[in-house]
Amino acid sequence: MNTDPAPAPPVVRIAGVDKTFARGDRAVTTALEAIDLEISGGEFVSLIGPSGCGKSTLLRIVGDLISPSAGTVTVNGKTAEQARRDRDYGMVFQAPVLFDWRTVEDNVKLPLEILGQDAATRSARAREMLELVELGDFLKHHPYQLSGGMQQRVAIARALAFQPSILLMDEPFGALDEMTRERMNSEVLRIWQQTGTTILFVTHSIPEAVFLSSRVVVMSPRPGRITKVIPIDLPRPRNEDTRETRRYFELVTVVREALRRGGGSLDDAATVDPASTDRTMAEGAVG
Amino acid sequence: MTTATATRGGRPAVVSDRRPAAGRRRRVLTWVLLVGGVLVVWEGLKFLGGTPWRAPGALPGPDNAILWNPPFRWPFVNDLNLPHVWNIALAFFDPWQRGADRNVAQLLFDAALYTWKEAALGFLLGTAIGLVLATVFVHSRIAERALVPYVVASQTVPIIAIAPLITYAFGGSTLAVVVIATYLTFFPVTIAMIVGLRSFDPRALELTRSYAASRWDVYRKLRLPASLPYLFTALKIAATASIVGAIIGESPGGIADGLGRVILTYNQYYITGPEKLWAAIIASGMLGVAFYLVVRTVEIAVLRDRPGAAEG
Repeated sequence: MNTDPAPAPPVVRIAGVDKTFARGDRAVTTALEAIDLEISGGEFVSLIGPSGCGKSTLLRIVGDLISPSAGTVTVNGKTAEQARRDRDYGMVFQAPVLFDWRTVEDNVKLPLEILGQDAATRSARAREMLELVELGDFLKHHPYQLSGGMQQRVAIARALAFQPSILLMDEPFGALDEMTRERMNSEVLRIWQQTGTTILFVTHSIPEAVFLSSRVVVMSPRPGRITKVIPIDLPRPRNEDTRETRRYFELVTVVREALRRGGGSLDDAATVDPASTDRTMAEGAVG
Repeated sequence: MTTATATRGGRPAVVSDRRPAAGRRRRVLTWVLLVGGVLVVWEGLKFLGGTPWRAPGALPGPDNAILWNPPFRWPFVNDLNLPHVWNIALAFFDPWQRGADRNVAQLLFDAALYTWKEAALGFLLGTAIGLVLATVFVHSRIAERALVPYVVASQTVPIIAIAPLITYAFGGSTLAVVVIATYLTFFPVTIAMIVGLRSFDPRALELTRSYAASRWDVYRKLRLPASLPYLFTALKIAATASIVGAIIGESPGGIADGLGRVILTYNQYYITGPEKLWAAIIASGMLGVAFYLVVRTVEIAVLRDRPGAAEG
């Protein structure tokens, strides 16, 4: 029986990260508070939580798209900024963000052009990656000729093209229908196992998080905090049958309950600005 | 020409699924109907209220019989204001002036070519200036705020007022004409490209940031390709504006070889031969349309792979 990789030295170390957003000159929103998390090489870690819990913000901080207000992020022993400059990250967003004027193949080549690789390497690499996501027959197509799921696979191929050590995925399948999403989940697992890339994955789907992850990190909103880290001990390789096992359902329940408990209690609203306190209180009253 | 790109191998019906031959026939038919309609209205008005009709090319007088006497007399459709279309057509084959061995058509063709060269030079210069200005503006809010008002103001001054100044400044040479054409063309390019260079999906900026792409990479891989539809829209405006600019610019400088001089000359002889001025107007219009079509052809070639590019 295959299991998840044995703990390796952490690839990502998040220590005491806070993030506050100033709105105007008065109100301040605390998006993240006291985040500590370590991710080992080859791990598949999902961040899950309700809207506004800061899970995308945390992903963006790790990827150095925004910087934390306090705390440190260390990636491969470097600062997040240095890691970004060293092209340690591949990013996949909820929208595929493909360039319409480029063919599928040329979209995958984009990061390789920016890295200054030669034409032959670019072509070979782009083909290899598109074979990996099973789009080898669509090299010369344009993005608008593909379905949403296929476009997202192109985005994954593009993110993997320059062999990043970490793949950051921000609700990559959020816009897809349930059937396509499940197919993409299997696909991403296959790619993860083939490439050995470390993946940090943001989602608001409990089944998706459980099916994919080595560990599920449950977050609560206002301010965004990690309330629980749940190891997923489902055997690998996982496939469609995994979704029907007893252990799978148990873990889905564990994650759901962790979410419900973390979900908008009044204690968590202490440092929130007046504008959003009303919302929090309303939710607290309902919950 | 619109659907010419629609059938390229295996692409879906994003652009248009009509067969190109059928589409072309329909367009030609539409065009013929449109031109025919204008001619019918033109001659219809003259039939009702014009000057008494005589044979094509015949001068008024007792020697030339009246073929039709319209029931009304409307001054705006008399032979001076609205000559018969066949007389305008015949005017192309008259000698361009008494005793000349070149006819009007040859004169107009040479003049149009001369004017087009000036306009094209101004068009290229104006496009380059517009591109540089827009590139500076999208990278510097301060420059944009400080300078865009002046760019706009430059176009609110009537070109008729500025043309003589520029002509004096450049000593009445063709350079002055080029400068005036440039002056009219840099504006649409600047304004369109300020929008165009920002028209990319903002999320793509996060993507390029994750690649640690330089500003120059972002410019040539993202901003510029994304802006091309805007650029071509501006270039189509600039193409026609450059022709107008060149024709206006020729007049005060006394440039003898272009359409501006031809129009001035035939303006002076309007009373005796309005058909020739009309011929010059038609030639100017055709020059503008021809330049437009050149730009449009390049546009179709460059944007052929984009969704909806063949429309517009």
